[in-house]
Amino acid sequence: MSRFSVIENIRALGASGVHFISRVGHAGLVLFGAIFKKPNLHKSFPLLVQQIYIVGFLSLPIIIVAGSFIGMVLALQGYNILDKFAAADELGPLVALSVARELGPVVTGLLFAGRAGSSLTAEIGLMKATDQLSSMELMAVDPLQRVVAPRFWAGFYSLPLLTIIFSMFAIFGAYAVGVDWIGLDAGSFWSNMQASVDFRIDIVNGVIKSIVFGFFTTWIAVYQGYACVPTSEGISHATTRTVVFSSLVILGLDFVLTAMMMGGW
Amino acid sequence: MTSQACVRIDHLSFCRGKRKIFDDISLEIPRGSIVGLMGPSGTGKTTLLRLISGQLSPDQGSIFFDDDEINTLSRTKLYQVRKKMGMLFQSNALFTNLSVFDNIAYPLRERADLSEAIIRDIVLMKLQAVGLRGARYLMPSDLSGGMARRVALARAIALDPDLIMYDEPFTGQDPISVGMIVKLMRLLNKNANMTSIIVSHDIEITFGLVDYAFVMAGGKVIGQGKPDELRNSTNEEVRQFLNGLPDGPVPFHYPAKEYITDLMGED
Repeated sequence: MSRFSVIENIRALGASGVHFISRVGHAGLVLFGAIFKKPNLHKSFPLLVQQIYIVGFLSLPIIIVAGSFIGMVLALQGYNILDKFAAADELGPLVALSVARELGPVVTGLLFAGRAGSSLTAEIGLMKATDQLSSMELMAVDPLQRVVAPRFWAGFYSLPLLTIIFSMFAIFGAYAVGVDWIGLDAGSFWSNMQASVDFRIDIVNGVIKSIVFGFFTTWIAVYQGYACVPTSEGISHATTRTVVFSSLVILGLDFVLTAMMMGGW
Repeated sequence: MTSQACVRIDHLSFCRGKRKIFDDISLEIPRGSIVGLMGPSGTGKTTLLRLISGQLSPDQGSIFFDDDEINTLSRTKLYQVRKKMGMLFQSNALFTNLSVFDNIAYPLRERADLSEAIIRDIVLMKLQAVGLRGARYLMPSDLSGGMARRVALARAIALDPDLIMYDEPFTGQDPISVGMIVKLMRLLNKNANMTSIIVSHDIEITFGLVDYAFVMAGGKVIGQGKPDELRNSTNEEVRQFLNGLPDGPVPFHYPAKEYITDLMGED
């Protein structure tokens, strides 16, 4: 009995492994079909602009508010620690480095997955459930190119820009708390920041992270919508999977990318 | 394939999971005819439309549209063939982010190289045909079920296809709209020589419209012929379906254990 149970468990593990690999393969095919075909610029460009507005521009409020508050909290926490070592003037570099290297790309990615990723999955999933994708197919219009591709590129382009905006507002938030509220010297705040932050190592690496996060987050979102079970429960599960998978991928990739960047890559 | 046939299905078998939807069926739909596909719910009528349009692939057998074997075509060739097909979906499948006008203009903008002025004229003609020219600025969410059906119909005929497949076209329509849709179908068939396949449960309306009908049940074609031939059919399954009898060779109940045993027992 127990040997049978062990074999069953091994079989179930193998089956889930095969299922996972087949899903990744299908996701790769969907992405390939969406982005590696010659686009019709006349038709695709307006769709891309529309999606950048929906996915990127409409995410601005949450990014700006979150960025500002995270910068403000970082300034408060950082000041309390730094002041104990008489290093309160280093608040600017602390905030700038934390935000540019880590918090900017990671928190923006997580917020983006929750706000835009889930919305992309639900929208594509509902289009599938209401036969809109099938009707496009019947009209000889490829839904991968008309629906998936513009949404994928919109997410891919938007996340790095949102990350830069998030980081800017985080620094403004830290300035408001550190300089305007606590009373640190504004000159020291900015000049120490300028002296400590390296454009290539800190800013560019942060943007590279956000590009990678944008690619994977949007890929997960559009694939989950495209491959969902076309029922209300199926769409609900797909939306949840988008947020969970995207968040885990962002955190996992952040570690991998940071290790590569720290290792002199 | 005979030159008269628009669609020919040869020994088609198709399964969904372990459930066999079609078991070696063959049928032919003559060009320029109006053909009805009838049968109890769940017999795969909509699935057959999806197989004809190449959205699904058969497990065995062949499906021909004109001279093309649909299930062997490349994606590019399939898309070329689909330009000659139109389909009215059971769910209407209107694009919810586009107005009524833009929904009907969509296939024209995507598939026809026409100026906006000509597209506008064509859209207005199609809307006039379904009686909704005045509703062109409305969004799909503003339409009643019957209106949405008519908009979907206008979109399905936007490109004047050779073959049009109607999936439950009369559902949710008031008698005036049904009369208008039937008239429109006849007109399209007569003037544009469109081949029409109608999936419907409404026996009287469908029999009044079609030249020929197939009755399907249990994965097979259980009867076929002109409406009068089917009405006079001696086949028990066909008679049960046409007369709406719950008891007969076509089971009303999904397979289950005996009713009393089920009530007395536990799952």
